Amino acid sequence: MFFFILRRLGQSLLVMAIVSAVSFSLFNFVGDPVNNMVGQDATREQRIEIRQQLGLDDPILSQYTRFLGNMVQGDFGLSYRIKRPVDDLILERLPATLELVFVSAVIALVVGITLGIYTGIRRGTWASRAILSVSLIGVSLPTFIIGIALIYLFAVHLRWLPSSGRSGTIDFGWWKTSLLTVDGWRAIILPAITLSLFQLTLILRLVRAEMLEVIQTDFIKFARARGLSERAVNFRHALRNTLVPVITIIGLNTGGLIAFSVITETVFQWPGTGLMFIQAVDFVDVPIMAAYLVFVALLFVVINLVVDILYFIVDPRIRLGG
Amino acid sequence: MTDLLQITGLDVEFPTRRGTISAAQNVHLTVKPGEVVGLVGESGAGKSTIGNAIIGLLESPGRVSAGSILFEGDDLCLKDETAMRAIRGNRIGMIFQDPQTSLNPLMTVGAQLVETIEKTEAARGKAAEARAIELLEQVGITEAKARLRAYPHQFSGGMRQRVVIALALAGDPDLIIADEPTTALDVSIQAQILDLIKRLCRERDLGVIIVTHDIGVIANVADRVVVMYRGEVVETGDVAQILGSPRHEYTQSLIAAVPRADCKLERFSSVDYIEGGTKPFKRIDVQTHWLGKAQSHARGETAIEADHLNLSFVLQKAVLPRNRKMIKAVDDVSFKVTQGQTFGLVGESGSGKSTVARIITGLYPPDAGVVRVLGQDVSSNPKSSEARKARRAVQMIFQDPYSSLNARMKVMDIVAEPIRFYRLTSSEGETRKIVGDLLDHVGLGAQVATRYPHEFSGGQRQRISIARALASRPRILICDEPTSALDVSVQATILNLLKDLQQELGLTMLFISHDLPVIRQMCDQIAVMRNGQLCEVAEAEALFNAPKHDYSRHLLDLMPRMDLLESASE
Amino acid sequence: MQNTDKPMTRWQRFKDNDIVWSFFHSPGAVIAATIATVVILACIFAPLIAPFDPFDPAQISLWDGKLPPAWVDGGQPQYLLGTDNQGRDMLSTILYGGRLSILVGLAAVCLGMVLGVTLGVVSGYVGGVTDAVIMRIADVQLTIPGILLAILINGIGRVVLPLDMRDEFAVYVVVLAIGLTDWPQFARVTRGATLVEANKEYVQAARIIGLPGWLIMLRHILPNTLRPVLVIATIGLALAIIAEATLSFLGQGIPPTTPSLGTLIRVGNEYLFSGLWWITFFPAIALVVLVFAVNLLGDWMRDALNPKLR
Repeated sequence: MFFFILRRLGQSLLVMAIVSAVSFSLFNFVGDPVNNMVGQDATREQRIEIRQQLGLDDPILSQYTRFLGNMVQGDFGLSYRIKRPVDDLILERLPATLELVFVSAVIALVVGITLGIYTGIRRGTWASRAILSVSLIGVSLPTFIIGIALIYLFAVHLRWLPSSGRSGTIDFGWWKTSLLTVDGWRAIILPAITLSLFQLTLILRLVRAEMLEVIQTDFIKFARARGLSERAVNFRHALRNTLVPVITIIGLNTGGLIAFSVITETVFQWPGTGLMFIQAVDFVDVPIMAAYLVFVALLFVVINLVVDILYFIVDPRIRLGG
Repeated sequence: MTDLLQITGLDVEFPTRRGTISAAQNVHLTVKPGEVVGLVGESGAGKSTIGNAIIGLLESPGRVSAGSILFEGDDLCLKDETAMRAIRGNRIGMIFQDPQTSLNPLMTVGAQLVETIEKTEAARGKAAEARAIELLEQVGITEAKARLRAYPHQFSGGMRQRVVIALALAGDPDLIIADEPTTALDVSIQAQILDLIKRLCRERDLGVIIVTHDIGVIANVADRVVVMYRGEVVETGDVAQILGSPRHEYTQSLIAAVPRADCKLERFSSVDYIEGGTKPFKRIDVQTHWLGKAQSHARGETAIEADHLNLSFVLQKAVLPRNRKMIKAVDDVSFKVTQGQTFGLVGESGSGKSTVARIITGLYPPDAGVVRVLGQDVSSNPKSSEARKARRAVQMIFQDPYSSLNARMKVMDIVAEPIRFYRLTSSEGETRKIVGDLLDHVGLGAQVATRYPHEFSGGQRQRISIARALASRPRILICDEPTSALDVSVQATILNLLKDLQQELGLTMLFISHDLPVIRQMCDQIAVMRNGQLCEVAEAEALFNAPKHDYSRHLLDLMPRMDLLESASE
Repeated sequence: MQNTDKPMTRWQRFKDNDIVWSFFHSPGAVIAATIATVVILACIFAPLIAPFDPFDPAQISLWDGKLPPAWVDGGQPQYLLGTDNQGRDMLSTILYGGRLSILVGLAAVCLGMVLGVTLGVVSGYVGGVTDAVIMRIADVQLTIPGILLAILINGIGRVVLPLDMRDEFAVYVVVLAIGLTDWPQFARVTRGATLVEANKEYVQAARIIGLPGWLIMLRHILPNTLRPVLVIATIGLALAIIAEATLSFLGQGIPPTTPSLGTLIRVGNEYLFSGLWWITFFPAIALVVLVFAVNLLGDWMRDALNPKLR
């Protein structure tokens, strides 16, 4: 167990090193950092001074080491556009994104797995077929169209829910939450559904496919031949074996939730990190782009570490060795 | 005694889009308590279908279309799913072929047993657990109590099959259906499992149906035998009669095709009741034909020399070499094969015999040691042109006829590949003619060249493989279990073909098999392998008559007893 | 299956093929294929079918801007689906936009597929360090979700290009961005299939014959790994069309001067609150129908190509 986790940790560090190298090269190859700091009309002397201040004339390797050192401390420098420390900006907006992703993930997992099991077990019933057809429409709907449709229906047409923004937040100083007030929930519900729908259908279809796969195996046939009840066969034998591959994919897809939060946040003007990233790309605000890249990779790596540990708990073949 | 199970006039059919396929027609079969009935037949005979029909688990869209299955007087065909579920496990138990896949990998053996016991018996909790321990002990698992907490992957194949049997017994059934229960196991474990089944049958007065393709298994355990061919029962009788004096033509040719362990025959007696039929062997005048060119018929020199071969595989990776877990697949193996002879390599699975074959063909480089082919060192510098040239004289026939041909290529292109690659002919027209000749020669006929592999049966595919090997004009043929995936009657024709080719072309053969009777029929010299090492190398007859090494003796003892069969053919 | 069968003609064999059979016997697949074909053909032949040319300033007049569909009060019969804010005919613009979306999707998937399949086969067959390097790169890339990476590549691409070339090359930059984010999927699946195939005995037979590695990969392994690749390519096409639309919607993709479906929806979205629903609605419907048809096709293909489910 210990070595298994240690090896995974090593791989994660490697991934982070490469991602940080990519985001470091963003600074160097996308635009001229000096131009971005001082503007077009600075004198030659000013530029040279800034170059020296930033250490841009040092060897690339020592620049990278310095970048890594700063990164580990969460220091990504100043935003070119807003001229504030990037880590402050991200921390400020992090709660909004994480709450959105969390609520969406819960919706996607609970509904997706339930419906997946149902359609896997009750194959051929009309309810299953209906769910499957609808789910195919679900994977075909781009996130931004779902968002627009929900806004039009619930905000413009019915006027039940707000169309954009985050409200009803309670500030704990280090975390602003919108999950404790009715207003907060009214604001988060549309974006959360928008974000979860694609993942939900994906999970649904995956659980069903895995279920069908497992049901074909010999041990299910043998369980039936022993006269075990359908319930025991479906839940004790089939479902648990389905979970192993499903956990992996869910791990990967949580990364997808973070990615698509960029789109959802744009559609709903949700004040999270995704919206900030899009604005940063528009203005080529490299420090924010680089920091966001590292931040997403970090989240992804952490999620996958959790998935590996889950694997360990579910599958005795990994836990106990061959 | 009354019959436990009585099947009369059973028809099973599978409706498909190309019409209804009849899997069993008018099948009659009875089982008495305390009796082992062997249901024997080759692939496609419908024997497994009968087992599935009894327990009501026919694969979709199969259905029983006529007849009855009386189990202690009740017709199982008339029962609904709920009633059948009460019978499964409680009254009728089932054992499947592959113990690797029969058990749920995520549940402990104990949990699976307890779950079955709680469903089928009144016992709960502690009582159920005590019963589980008792069952495991009955099927010969030691330290049963501790092993309840173990997961299936922590058991060996044979032990797992014992667990499967314990699970089948959990509901104290009256009838057990065992579908090829030993096919996936090694010979030595096969014997133990068969003994166990037979003992349980006697002790508990169980009725047992053993579904198998293996006449050896039948000879060992069955009291009565039902022979099936293409969905029909062709003969029923007791084991001595069926094996000793079979009446039906099919049974006769089936039994004639079983390789004899007691003496070496020139050829297998001609089998006329088989699928595809053997086309008359089209003779090629080797002196003048393309196939015979560049052949040396000199005998007496060494064709293959394995000189202290070693090869280890990494079982578990680690950064530090000392932490790696290695397995010695081939451990200091040396032997010489004389030109024109057949050298047999025999051993159980995992003994390293196939690895040796792959080292000789150059698929794996050895860690240490040298392979010489026709005197040329091919392993020290495998990329050199001399080594490549010498290795071209070595071709291989593989075990699995389904994966040894590229499904996306036509037979013509498969066989012609080496001819085209090495430009062994002067024109494309000549290539096509030679491929046609080769296909004729292996008994398929030139007209099959335009087809794809999936249109052929296992035996026919093996013939294509042989034609492909011949297209390189080899002098050495390595046969890695070439018939172990085939039915016994097809096996006989393939082995005959290999013998004919060898005589005609003066080929040297390295013949690898786990099947001692087959080895005896094919080989001049035999090496016995175990755990990567050679135990004994001897002349074939000497080995069978007076084995020197303990392990050779052990293997010979495990050969299925065929006394019945042997006395009959005198 | 016996030798005695008469060989079938090509067409008979085609009809007898299980996949073709299952296609004509599953209504969903036939409907999907029909819709997909109609939509795709309509888009590809947009210059021939479309009533107007949205790129011809002579055919556009701002006076006709923001007209509702023909059947709504105030609509005009020549503009069946109404007009957008600049007075372009919606139907024509959608057809041209769809054409661009399909082309971008196809080009991106082809790029990702060629790159991924090549690297996947090489990685699986050669193994060792090559395999490790390729797959680690794929792993790292998979850490950054596709759409984010596409936004990033696209953003960088636009910065690197000189200002005056940006609009002109925007389409290629989008294709590159989506194609480059696609390849790890293809590489992983192809590598997996290659590992399975490379262990099969027909590959060993080819090695024993003495064929060189590249020939074995090309002639033996590649054709046998194409089935799963085909399935992912179809689903990938759907995802690529969505990705392009998403990029354009976010204002990161194709500029409004050469509208794709995503750009149209973006523009229309600004007018949604003022009640001009048709500017968003029709392109959105066209996009969803297109993606749905491609997905239905991919779904059917996955079932039909899975021997276990038959």
